[in-house]
Amino acid sequence: MNKTKSYKFHFLLLTILSVFFVLLNLSLGSVDIPFKSIIQTLTGNDTAKESWQYIILQYRLPKALTAILVGSGLSICGLLMQTLFRNPLAGPFVLGISSGASLGVAILVLGISAFSGGLVGLTSSNIGLALAASIGALLVLSAVMLAAKKIKNTMSILIIGLMFGSFTAAIISVLAYFSSAEQLQQYVFWTFGSLGNLGWNEILILSVLYLIDMGLLLTIIKPLNSLLLGENYAVSLGVNLKRTRNITLVITGLLTGVITAFSGPIAFIGLAVPHLTKLLIKTSDHKILVPAVIIIGAIVMLISDTIAQLPNSQYTLPINAVTSLFGAPIVIWLLVRKRKISY
Amino acid sequence: MDKNTSNIIIQTHNLSIGYQSKKNITCVAENINLSLPKGKLVCVLGKNGIGKSTLLRTLTKVQPKLSGDIILNRRKLETITNTELSKVMSLVLTERIPESNLTVYELITLGRQPYTNWIGNLTNEDNKYIELAIEQTKIKDIIHKKHYELSDGQLQKVMIARALAQNTEIITLDEPTAHLDIHNKIEIFNLLKTLTQKLHKTILISTHEIHLALQLAGELWLMNETEIISGKTEDLIANKSVAKLFSSDLVTFNLKLKQFIIKNDYFRADYD
Repeated sequence: MNKTKSYKFHFLLLTILSVFFVLLNLSLGSVDIPFKSIIQTLTGNDTAKESWQYIILQYRLPKALTAILVGSGLSICGLLMQTLFRNPLAGPFVLGISSGASLGVAILVLGISAFSGGLVGLTSSNIGLALAASIGALLVLSAVMLAAKKIKNTMSILIIGLMFGSFTAAIISVLAYFSSAEQLQQYVFWTFGSLGNLGWNEILILSVLYLIDMGLLLTIIKPLNSLLLGENYAVSLGVNLKRTRNITLVITGLLTGVITAFSGPIAFIGLAVPHLTKLLIKTSDHKILVPAVIIIGAIVMLISDTIAQLPNSQYTLPINAVTSLFGAPIVIWLLVRKRKISY
Repeated sequence: MDKNTSNIIIQTHNLSIGYQSKKNITCVAENINLSLPKGKLVCVLGKNGIGKSTLLRTLTKVQPKLSGDIILNRRKLETITNTELSKVMSLVLTERIPESNLTVYELITLGRQPYTNWIGNLTNEDNKYIELAIEQTKIKDIIHKKHYELSDGQLQKVMIARALAQNTEIITLDEPTAHLDIHNKIEIFNLLKTLTQKLHKTILISTHEIHLALQLAGELWLMNETEIISGKTEDLIANKSVAKLFSSDLVTFNLKLKQFIIKNDYFRADYD
């Protein structure tokens, strides 16, 4: 007897969609490259023009991969936060984790170089940025988790998260006030968000961390499901609450930190994709939700990036603006239509 | 107290319960010496705020005890891990479960978590217990519904089914019939009674349904400000312990009806 719904059709459709959007993302850009050449390049054959091959392999392919990693990574963080805090409003941005990452980067870009000009080399290294952002994200997340331990009311926790966000924003403002125009520009450009800044080395770092986090995530899928009943029931089912919380903390801190460092503080995705997923696939089972959120997160990010490139023009919009500009109204529309959100 | 300890599943020695924070200790009840007999329906009765829930939460390790001992199957409760405990005792709590898309069936399958593998896949044995739980609670017609679509009475049956699927010797329920109409109250009590008889479950509940408890519970724990009296229901009725529990100017216990009734002369006194 079939009691749990099978979502094979959904997953087949999502996989086809993601392949389609990867190809679409690769074929659109400031330079017009025929679709045939793209396939030729991807399959390792020679193309008509060597420059096309270079654009695809060194620019468009890393960017598409970044979009997939960033989109799915942020979405997973949002899903974890929403289940852990049992609150549909939770997400890396709302809980101040992205702000923590921004603070880390701001201190590195604006702060350190303000005190000693000799350290400028460090600020331009991506590893330095990634470290600073991760530390910032983990610090804010730990603070929120500490508060969450004392306060059971999830609404209060969200407000505390927002307060941390304002607090970090204030520190960044102070730092910005005392820094030079070039530093400020460097920082502001970083906050716009960009998927195109990553070379293959950075993608390798991001992928390794991503895979480690996904491995960790597999170990907490079962406890996440029992948390759907609330903490007391979860414990009565033998769940180690502390371990589950800590693993979630590490996954979210690391992923948000590294992603934010490399591609800027990208809003909206972490909060919205889990909701989009749950509107499409009406389940709370994390065995189904986690892969679905990964695929949909990747698709949403690929679409956003395709829009950001403004096909056939040489301009690229800040990705952060695109995700919110196009994404937020869609989510509002969906929620108004459904009138019900759950997590 | 029952002298035959092989029939006892939980025993407490000089147990104190209450709340502890860094600065102060709030003791709700102390010197508690109780034993929970196997295979019986035991009801904890007492006024609001007397500590019934605290007692249940302490016995189920949801909150820590203040002092004394709780012995579960000859082992101290604090030496039993959550994983081990989850195979001995299941809970039905008063708290509402958070909003989610869980269906009734999925909710019940979560009861199998202590037994499933790392990712939570169900085996034939798991399915057998899930089927049994659905059958016993007679909820087959609602297993595809989302949990938020259920009435309070249905939801309570589903939560009991989930506890049954967990296949534990003991099921503890905190006020399982609060907010239910009289029909559902009787149905839940009957169901619990049946589970002790058919599946030999040990069921411990806190309740305000004195009327039903007196008729269906084999044993009562009566909580008042100074002590907890335990014993067989008929003995406690006979020695007037039940009568003393709520008796006041307002109500009196009627032995024949086995229930508390409002004193007629209480209202008359006003008019005199």
